[in-house]
Amino acid sequence: MNSKRILNIALGAYVGAIFVFVFAPIVFSVVFSFNSQRFPTIPLGSFSTEWYVKILNDPDIWKAALNSLIVSSSTAVIATVLGFCTAYSDFRYNFRFKGPYIALILLPPTIPLIIMALAMLAWLSKLGISGQLWSVVIAHSVLTAPFAMAIIRLRLNQMDPDLESASWNLGGSEWATMRYVIIPFCKPAIISGLCLAAAVSFDEFAVSWFVSGLNKTLPVVILEIVQGNIDPQVNAIGTFVFFTSMTLVILAQIFFVQRQIKSTKS
Amino acid sequence: MTKPLVILEKVQKHFGDFIAVKEINLEINEGEFLAIMGPSGCGKTTTLRMLSGLEEPTIGEVRMNGQVMNKVKPHERDTPLVWQSLALFPFLSVIENVEFGLKMRGIDKLERKKRALEWLEKLDILEFSERDISTLSGGQKQRVALARSLVLEPKILLLDEPLSALDAHLVIRMQAVLVQLQRELGITFVYVTHSQSEAFAMADRVVIMGNGEIAQVGTPKDIYRSPQNKFVAEFVGRNNILTGIVSDVKKTKAMIETGSGVFSVILENNSLKKGEQASFVISADLVHLSTSEPKTDNTVYCKLISEEFVGSMVTLFLEDQNNHEFKVQMQERELSKFELKPGSKIWLSWSLKSTHLLEVN
Repeated sequence: MNSKRILNIALGAYVGAIFVFVFAPIVFSVVFSFNSQRFPTIPLGSFSTEWYVKILNDPDIWKAALNSLIVSSSTAVIATVLGFCTAYSDFRYNFRFKGPYIALILLPPTIPLIIMALAMLAWLSKLGISGQLWSVVIAHSVLTAPFAMAIIRLRLNQMDPDLESASWNLGGSEWATMRYVIIPFCKPAIISGLCLAAAVSFDEFAVSWFVSGLNKTLPVVILEIVQGNIDPQVNAIGTFVFFTSMTLVILAQIFFVQRQIKSTKS
Repeated sequence: MTKPLVILEKVQKHFGDFIAVKEINLEINEGEFLAIMGPSGCGKTTTLRMLSGLEEPTIGEVRMNGQVMNKVKPHERDTPLVWQSLALFPFLSVIENVEFGLKMRGIDKLERKKRALEWLEKLDILEFSERDISTLSGGQKQRVALARSLVLEPKILLLDEPLSALDAHLVIRMQAVLVQLQRELGITFVYVTHSQSEAFAMADRVVIMGNGEIAQVGTPKDIYRSPQNKFVAEFVGRNNILTGIVSDVKKTKAMIETGSGVFSVILENNSLKKGEQASFVISADLVHLSTSEPKTDNTVYCKLISEEFVGSMVTLFLEDQNNHEFKVQMQERELSKFELKPGSKIWLSWSLKSTHLLEVN
């Protein structure tokens, strides 16, 4: 009994420590973004929104934010469409080399980002399309499609295969079945896929830095500011980026998990 | 009643090397309630799926109304199916589920709603029309599945073990609902089941399938009282099956020598030759018990092994001196007169007209 309690406390402390290490830097960044002092030192100065006012008045940051928005939303749509098609082909058809096919699709997130970024730069510049905003979209779609596909595939695996046949049986053509049965069934997973792909793309740095050229996204701008000098603006932008990504990830969770609870009840 | 609506001609279905349906010839009449019954893996569901177009016959033809259907896609047919899993759309409400087929057929919104409501009312689930599927009970879901198919007003309705997920008392209720619907609508029902009680309670004709082939087609009574072969006799159950060599053939009966003794068997249209092997059955409910040796033909002295109660009916399992099993079915109150215990010895007997010769298989 006693040793079990000690173990529980130790494990709890361990988990607590992990959370502290992961979130402490972010918490500090948020705290210092509202601090009036230029240097991040304790004791803190007074509460201030100075840095936020500063970034709001900086056209470069506005431009970067807009770029990030365009890139992440386009990436989300492309990655989710690709992910859906792949997941459905896996659900519906049996073919030779299906195992390698799925493995290949799941590969991109396992490649170190820096290598992926270099490879993307080399490849896109060979094709003469690097340094554009949509070259970032291409690179990010490759990176995020596996996430969307994994979520949608999970959802399709929960589907009674008879549903599709039932729709045909009731007079639905294959396209009508796709529109009225498969997509509605996958809707929660599709929405989470969109959110997750957008979140990954929105705060991705390495690939964007290599591929974006002059069309910088927010994470790239952050690095440039940090390279120049110590500027609490970075904390303000960081806070904004962090909360945007977290919101998207949490939305993804809510959509997917809630539907799962609902469908297991039935 | 007599016009065939569907004809299956020399139909076979292969999945790779596996032959699910060996060769089926079957006519399904307009307006009949046909049950296809057999153990799992006998090809009954595959046959149903070929009727709905979800599987295409490898060999042979499926014709409906004289038209060859082999290449017609499922959504181009009018053969709604009630699924074993029900396959209701979980993201649609009850009424949206019922409207689905009409929507696919391009019927406008108002008309769709009107017809769906009519069927929900007919099946007594009108009050649930706006509910989520997940909030319904098993019996209510079953009714939604029926309404979803019947709203299309098809000529033929296919049912794949639709009652297998329900509680026993609901099964009886739904059987009554199904039979009443079928009589009222006058449409053809093709009902696949492994349950003898469901098939016999509802169907006009029963098809018994085994190993991808049809073993017998007939009315429930035909199949129960006059099984054509051992497979049917065993599958229908509660039959005593005896096999032996014909020792004598007379005008209306033959003598067959089995391991349990020599028995007389009635000859109907069968021709038997002396020395041939033959099998016959005596239905378990036609066997009598007596404590002293009866002064008739067809008697066996047996030892009681066990009893099985189903309501007021009892099935006795007995063995003769060669350990051949016999089954006797009777009312519990009749049995109590004999005061039997496991191990008790008793005489079994049956009349000549209770015997039924199997076609040699």
